[in-house]
Amino acid sequence: MENFDNEMRLTFQAKSCNEALARMTVAAFLTPLNPTLEELADTKTAVSEAVTNAIIHGYGETEGTVELWCARRGREVWFHVKDTGNGIADIKAAMEPMYTTKPEQERSGMGFSFMEAFTDELIVESAVGEGTLVKMKKVMG
Amino acid sequence: MQAAEYEVKGEVLVIRLKADLDHHTALSVREAADSLLARSHAKHILFDFTGVDFMDSSGIGVIMGRYRQVIFHGGRVGVTGVGANVDRIFRISGLYKIVENYQKAEEAFTCPAYERLATEN
Repeated sequence: MENFDNEMRLTFQAKSCNEALARMTVAAFLTPLNPTLEELADTKTAVSEAVTNAIIHGYGETEGTVELWCARRGREVWFHVKDTGNGIADIKAAMEPMYTTKPEQERSGMGFSFMEAFTDELIVESAVGEGTLVKMKKVMG
Repeated sequence: MQAAEYEVKGEVLVIRLKADLDHHTALSVREAADSLLARSHAKHILFDFTGVDFMDSSGIGVIMGRYRQVIFHGGRVGVTGVGANVDRIFRISGLYKIVENYQKAEEAFTCPAYERLATEN
């Protein structure tokens, strides 16, 4: 994956106030492609879900850093969200709709379902104790 | 910025959202709403999304959580001022099965929606 038209990397503390920052950054990155309002909303939601997961499940009460990487080539856009936190023990279970390990925090368990629904490709790589990398790709119409 | 403004109107707790309903704002909305439910006579909740056009799965958690709070006392949850993006999240997640969408924001406070919420139970 080289020769991108544009590429950016944003690193921020795993704090919930940065969820909005990640959404705004992605929206700004997409601007040159003139996305539809729906494409913009899809992308913001998917990125918001991935960043929220990194903060809540990746780090929980501990401090850490979340990295958002975006790249585009033509109408194809890639969004990667990476943390070096807890990792996911059972990725298949985590991706089931309504599945959550934190019901007491009123987590709906819809995070991965939304990422899947709002992007064209979703790949989750994770290792317990090492962290999680969520790779999403979306093609703008 | 404050996540929301709160007002108890009769039996309805009105939550006027002022920011995207995500994990960050969900925490404060949850605390404020539950505290007001506990110390007022509010039975129902109306979320007003006017001016807010973003909600993710964290918002679903907040709304379902509040629904669970009020349902045991015969309360209901309604939403109003819902824009296209938030509407899509509601539809995809199936939240409209438990939450009523009041089309006109102004009606929610003056008459039909609000009074309907307050008098149907």
